[in-house]
Amino acid sequence: MAMLEVNNLQVYYGVICALKGISFEVNQGEIVTLIGANGAGKTTTMQSVVGLIPKRGGSVTFDGHDITQTPCHKIVRLGMTQVPEGRRIFQELTVYENLLMGAYSIKDQSGFRNDLDAIYTRFPRLAERKNQIAGTLSGGEQQMLAMGRAIMSHPKLLMLDEPSMGLSPLLVDQVFEIIKDINKDGTTILLVEQNAGKSLAISDRAYVLENGSIVLSGTGAELAASEMVRQAYLGG
Amino acid sequence: MELILSTLINGLSLGGIYAMIALGYTMVYGIAKMLNFAHGDIIMVGGYVIYVFMAFHNPLLAILMAVVFCVLLGITIEKVAYKPLRGASPLAVLITAIGVSYLLQSLAQIIFGSANKMVTVYDFGSVKFLGVPVQVSALVTLAVTVVVMVALTLFVKCTRLGRAMIAVSEDKGAAQLMGINVDGIITITFAIGSALAALAGLFYLLKAPSISSTLGAMPGIKAFTAAVIGGIGSIPGAMLGGILLGVVESISYKITAIAPYTDAIEFSILIIILLVRPTGFLGKKRREKV
Repeated sequence: MAMLEVNNLQVYYGVICALKGISFEVNQGEIVTLIGANGAGKTTTMQSVVGLIPKRGGSVTFDGHDITQTPCHKIVRLGMTQVPEGRRIFQELTVYENLLMGAYSIKDQSGFRNDLDAIYTRFPRLAERKNQIAGTLSGGEQQMLAMGRAIMSHPKLLMLDEPSMGLSPLLVDQVFEIIKDINKDGTTILLVEQNAGKSLAISDRAYVLENGSIVLSGTGAELAASEMVRQAYLGG
Repeated sequence: MELILSTLINGLSLGGIYAMIALGYTMVYGIAKMLNFAHGDIIMVGGYVIYVFMAFHNPLLAILMAVVFCVLLGITIEKVAYKPLRGASPLAVLITAIGVSYLLQSLAQIIFGSANKMVTVYDFGSVKFLGVPVQVSALVTLAVTVVVMVALTLFVKCTRLGRAMIAVSEDKGAAQLMGINVDGIITITFAIGSALAALAGLFYLLKAPSISSTLGAMPGIKAFTAAVIGGIGSIPGAMLGGILLGVVESISYKITAIAPYTDAIEFSILIIILLVRPTGFLGKKRREKV
């Protein structure tokens, strides 16, 4: 059985239908990407799956649990979390305190020191700036912090919403390297990206979202080679 | 010199009460992003609970019951009146809060009648402090406020729950992604605010042993003013604004020429501060960084 199974998911904003019943799955150990244009429903998908916005219809199961009606904070405790679009780190807290918040859902705090050291090793910039107020970090550093904060909760499934947005090309490459790394350490990844080329290159499988529906799916390589994806998302 | 010292002590003690009430406004605003205009009336409810339980002539019991009752009342109000409106327009929430305020005042009037009730919780008497006669109750008020403020600051800064409150006040969605139960944090916030309001009710009774259904109305508005002056949403801001307003009020009362205009002077300070610094002294401007 797949780790995450989304079945006929429908989401409305008032009377406006944002997701018209989409189905997809993410298997243990995979990197799966949703690509699509602005307004296709990528962020809506991510936020409704994790329970931040209500689902109107369909069902979502995660790790054997039906989480269709589960509130977000309980879903997180089941082992799914998200690096949200725009990073949304806690600006007034220090880097260290942000990471502390990341471990909020972990009952047993005995591994906290080790987890923290692991984050500081993976992101040396965060170690240098651990006592700095997070709002004063650069965009790239904030992205690192958002990712580090999410990893602190030991997610089985990590969702990343536009992690490369607004970053310099050098940092974009770095972010994709880190995602591959996190995946290698055993975390399953669901990724939403506008940077279709880079994300398809690291993905096991991918789905193309258009106007609230999934119009195409396949392996990363298949989609990267597909005429439709090349024309619409890879600039010909 | 004597006059200055006694005025200052009275001002600080009154300011402490305002600060304590202002903390309730500012914390609820910070966390739930709503103005709880029924907050002042919790003070009045606390006063009446003390009045009822003073029948047993045990001040500590009466105070404890007031705190417990106000906490339960605050949580109930949030669950029944405000929670169903989460996500509704701020105006709907504001009008509901005003409705709750009138409801509490009317209920108190139905139960206890419209005449003032007299209740002496405890007569501390007065002492000579640096040669000046000072009401001991003012000193007690001041001391308790200082302890409460230090404790609250430490709680927010240094505990897991306190940090969760900061996280919720900054970004509810991101806080949920950390596994924080936002509804739970809002409940705790209302509980803390209501407990502080109950203590404020006690301090009012220590100052003047008379209680009516509108006891909380004016202090509520003054404390709200204090919260806005200090920067709504900011805990140190509420403390600063409360103390400032208390000191200004007691100085103004001592100067015969301007004494009748004391309320006007306090609210003018609010207007001036809002013109010069719309976010209040310690209110934060949101910076965006990409």
